[in-house]
Amino acid sequence: MIPLIAPGWLLLGGACLIPFIPKGAARTSFMLALPLFGMGLLWLIPDGSLAASFGGYAITPFRMDGLARIFCLIFLIATFLSALYAWHLRDSFQHVSAFIYAGAALSALTAGDLLTLFVFWELVSLGSVGLIWARRGEGAWHTGLRYLIWQMASGLLLLGGALFFFRETGSLAFDAMTLQSPSAWLIFLAFGIKAGFPLLHNWIQDAYPAGTITGTVFLSCFTTKLAIYALARGFPATEALIYIGVIMTIFPIFYAVIENDLRRVLSYSLNNQLGFMVVGIGIGTPLAINGAVAHAFCHIIYKSLLFMSVGAVMYRVGTAKATELGGLYRSMPLTMIFCVIAAASISAFPLFSGFISKSPILSESLGGGYWVVWFLLLFASAGVFHHSGIKIPYFTFFAHDSGRRVREAPMHMLLAMGIAAFLCVAIGVYPQALYAMLPFPMGDYTAYDAAHVIGQLELLIFSALAFGFLMLSGLYPPEVRGVNLDWDWVYRRVLRRAFERIGGSVLVLGDKVWGYVLGVWGVVYSVLARFYGPGGLMGPSRAAGSMALWTAILLSLALLFAYS
Amino acid sequence: MSETLALHAPALVILLPLLTAPLCFLFSRAANGVWATALLVSLLSFLCAAFLLEKTFDGRVLSYHFGGFPPPLGIEYRIDMMSALMLLIVAGASLLGLLFARRSVARELPAARQSAFYVCYLLCASGLLGVAATNDAFNMFVFLEISSLAAYALIALGGDRDRRALSAAYNYLIMGTIGATFFVIGVFFLYAATGTLNMTDLADRLHALPVGSRSLYAAEAFIIVGLALKIALFPLHVWLPNAYAFAPSAATVFLSAAAAKVAIYALVRFLFSVFGLDFAIGGETLNAVILPTAMIGMIIGSFSAIFARHAKRIFAYSSIAQLGYMMLGIGLESREGLEASFVYLFNHALAKSAIFMALGCIAYQQASMKLSDLHGIARDMPWTMAAFTIAALSLIGAPLTGGFIGKWLLMDAALAQGFWLIALVIAAVSLMAVLYVWRVIEAAYLKAPTGRRRGAPRAEAPRREAPFSMLLPLWIAALLSVYFGVDTRLPVGAAEIIADSLEAAGQ
Repeated sequence: MIPLIAPGWLLLGGACLIPFIPKGAARTSFMLALPLFGMGLLWLIPDGSLAASFGGYAITPFRMDGLARIFCLIFLIATFLSALYAWHLRDSFQHVSAFIYAGAALSALTAGDLLTLFVFWELVSLGSVGLIWARRGEGAWHTGLRYLIWQMASGLLLLGGALFFFRETGSLAFDAMTLQSPSAWLIFLAFGIKAGFPLLHNWIQDAYPAGTITGTVFLSCFTTKLAIYALARGFPATEALIYIGVIMTIFPIFYAVIENDLRRVLSYSLNNQLGFMVVGIGIGTPLAINGAVAHAFCHIIYKSLLFMSVGAVMYRVGTAKATELGGLYRSMPLTMIFCVIAAASISAFPLFSGFISKSPILSESLGGGYWVVWFLLLFASAGVFHHSGIKIPYFTFFAHDSGRRVREAPMHMLLAMGIAAFLCVAIGVYPQALYAMLPFPMGDYTAYDAAHVIGQLELLIFSALAFGFLMLSGLYPPEVRGVNLDWDWVYRRVLRRAFERIGGSVLVLGDKVWGYVLGVWGVVYSVLARFYGPGGLMGPSRAAGSMALWTAILLSLALLFAYS
Repeated sequence: MSETLALHAPALVILLPLLTAPLCFLFSRAANGVWATALLVSLLSFLCAAFLLEKTFDGRVLSYHFGGFPPPLGIEYRIDMMSALMLLIVAGASLLGLLFARRSVARELPAARQSAFYVCYLLCASGLLGVAATNDAFNMFVFLEISSLAAYALIALGGDRDRRALSAAYNYLIMGTIGATFFVIGVFFLYAATGTLNMTDLADRLHALPVGSRSLYAAEAFIIVGLALKIALFPLHVWLPNAYAFAPSAATVFLSAAAAKVAIYALVRFLFSVFGLDFAIGGETLNAVILPTAMIGMIIGSFSAIFARHAKRIFAYSSIAQLGYMMLGIGLESREGLEASFVYLFNHALAKSAIFMALGCIAYQQASMKLSDLHGIARDMPWTMAAFTIAALSLIGAPLTGGFIGKWLLMDAALAQGFWLIALVIAAVSLMAVLYVWRVIEAAYLKAPTGRRRGAPRAEAPRREAPFSMLLPLWIAALLSVYFGVDTRLPVGAAEIIADSLEAAGQ
């Protein structure tokens, strides 16, 4: 059936070879060739699946269809761009981690059963945590551990869900399911953690700003979009997703507006973008699913472009804090242009990629009769424009001049950003190419009708006006150095305090009780020791004596059972 | 040729090591010579076992009549899938352990005792092989005693390095003897009631007897408790940690991979094939006893492992927990449970022997096995610790290792009967395994070598990587434990046949 190796397995195999290739041009060329070769394979592999048996279970380690194919394509593009962006890097640990990460994510996309999915799901966690640990140092270590705990929790939920699912249905096949059995809920939660559902989202903002400059570009591409893919595959048209998605689009905005660390702003905005996709999956009509998939496609490109441009600034300046940046358009004009293109894309300006992928979701929410949802999504769109479209480029490249004069980003970074920026514009101008690759036929749908374009422009202009007004009037929340508290404060501080407080008093009480017990035991022990101790009446070894006793007890129990 | 071999392989697999051992003792004092002979014999024995496994893989049963006397009068060796799998595990563990042993024993034991070590080792192996092959209840007792007596001696040989080995061996001796006595009392009751010792014949006659014979019930109780002692089933596990921790490294490798598992085999043989689940202690009762004790053993063993400070003892305690997993599958009394137990048993033998070999490599380079003395050892012994990590992943049950498939099957078996709480305990205990494995990994990879070592007297040579002859078997075991996590045909295929035949017999 499949004469060729799956692209994900190719990358995983490549990852194992990387350490044996000398650092430098040879290795980086190899790393660039891998995703390109993978794209070739993707082109050649027909739709279909590969059946196998593992431990007596029928599994499908490889399956290719429309949905998997487009995600594979964008993951390969992202791998290529991220690897190009990381051309200067000479860190084997990061190289291997990144390619295990990308390869595992691609393999998870083509997993046709829950067991295979689980295996690669866990491998994704392991590969990605390497990119956080690669920053080295105590802080990175702890951030990585926190991140890993979330990811492992997701993996365990998926494992449990798979086991229950097999018991309920007698099959491990990974297809659409409904939220009516415990197994489906477990799997739903597992996906939800990786997709950054509200209250399960903190790991994104905690970990992504903590990755290495190049590592965060990788991180922003795969984990969450893998979860979006899994939701699209497993839970299309699940109504709960609509409301979850809407909350995801709204709440990060406020954090993004007041946050100072630009990579954390981007992490919040990532969360918000995921919300749009989740809503699209929840609506579940073919057009809405297409919209979600297309949005994931475009999102990976422009979000990684944003992370690349901020990363390039970080590479040159050494920080990504809004308070310490500004006025960099003089030093890094090309980076600035790419950043603005990405910002325009994420804000869904007509002729940029975000516009053509977001409009199907919006029109389907309206078409499905979800008025409130539609309105909230509009509000969220304005918010996106605010914090990603304006805030990122404005505070980085314009605003008050920080006085920093640095060199333009290195050539390979510019090249990677240039390709990504080109894709953003190309998709925006000629969306039919992307539409043709989506899992469902798009018919004669076009994003460029009067209603869409005018509506979107109005929205953008008014929120730009609002930003301008707030800035001029001094009402805009100024960038301040500080750490903003999110929900994770509750469990990282409050619960921990409470736990320590309660635990402390329990311990004190326990110590007292234990003291008495020990006192009594001491008396008993000294008596016993006289008999059982070395030279005592009952022989030299207490262990043997007590075990013989246990044996006798167990035998009498067994006899009791036998005779009863 | 093949047919002749098939005819005699069931006897050869045991007789080769059994007869070679005393010959070695009588005729050779040179440790290397004895080692080479033992290795050769183990290899032949392993080949026989592999051959038998291949012969029985279609569900066939081979029967060998000693001296040509047909059963039930004569002694019969009966090789079905379950016996063949156990023979393979024991012979394989013995082979790997011997490969590993030469340098390790040369370093750990005084020259005068080295050849005695190999003799005991061979005797222990032949005893365990015999238990797996024989179909005669009294013969099984004899082999159990051969293996146990040899094991006491093996453990006591660690006394030159650490005196605590002597008291550990003594404890084991007392407990093992009680266990063996219980077992033989049970066998005598059976013989008195039925007049036969052949296990197939026993099963037939037992079920023909009128129900309600008290002595038979007592027989079952004695046999179960006696074997539980040999398995180190909670609460009869106390002898195990010290015995494994202070035995010579090579002995620990072999014993941890084979000894308790053969006792599990014997228990399964008696419970399912001889007594059957409808007998006195069966069905619900067995469920009610084995499941909780197995789970408590899993939890207590893991806790002790988490708090232990001696690297070898950590994994000795972990063995108690792991044996709990295997007993859990048996206690479920279902086809799936038995299958899971045997898959688990197979993979655990590989992973645990690899882990103890890695610890043996460390023991080769330094005297102390305390965790605090292992700080930064991965820098000095990268190959050893890499193999250790792989094996430890299998012990935890990480995906794509042998341990994963065992745990998955076990959880699936528990869920199949609606015991989701048991499945949860399995998952929780796996997380506890992460903790105790992590303590070793952290010490080896992340901690800086302690200053005390640097200031230690010059007499202690700087740590270096273990010799190749020790790394080779270590890596074979570690890689196999990954291989069988991906290609599951051998363990799962064998376990399926075993479970089918046991289920048929247990009805």
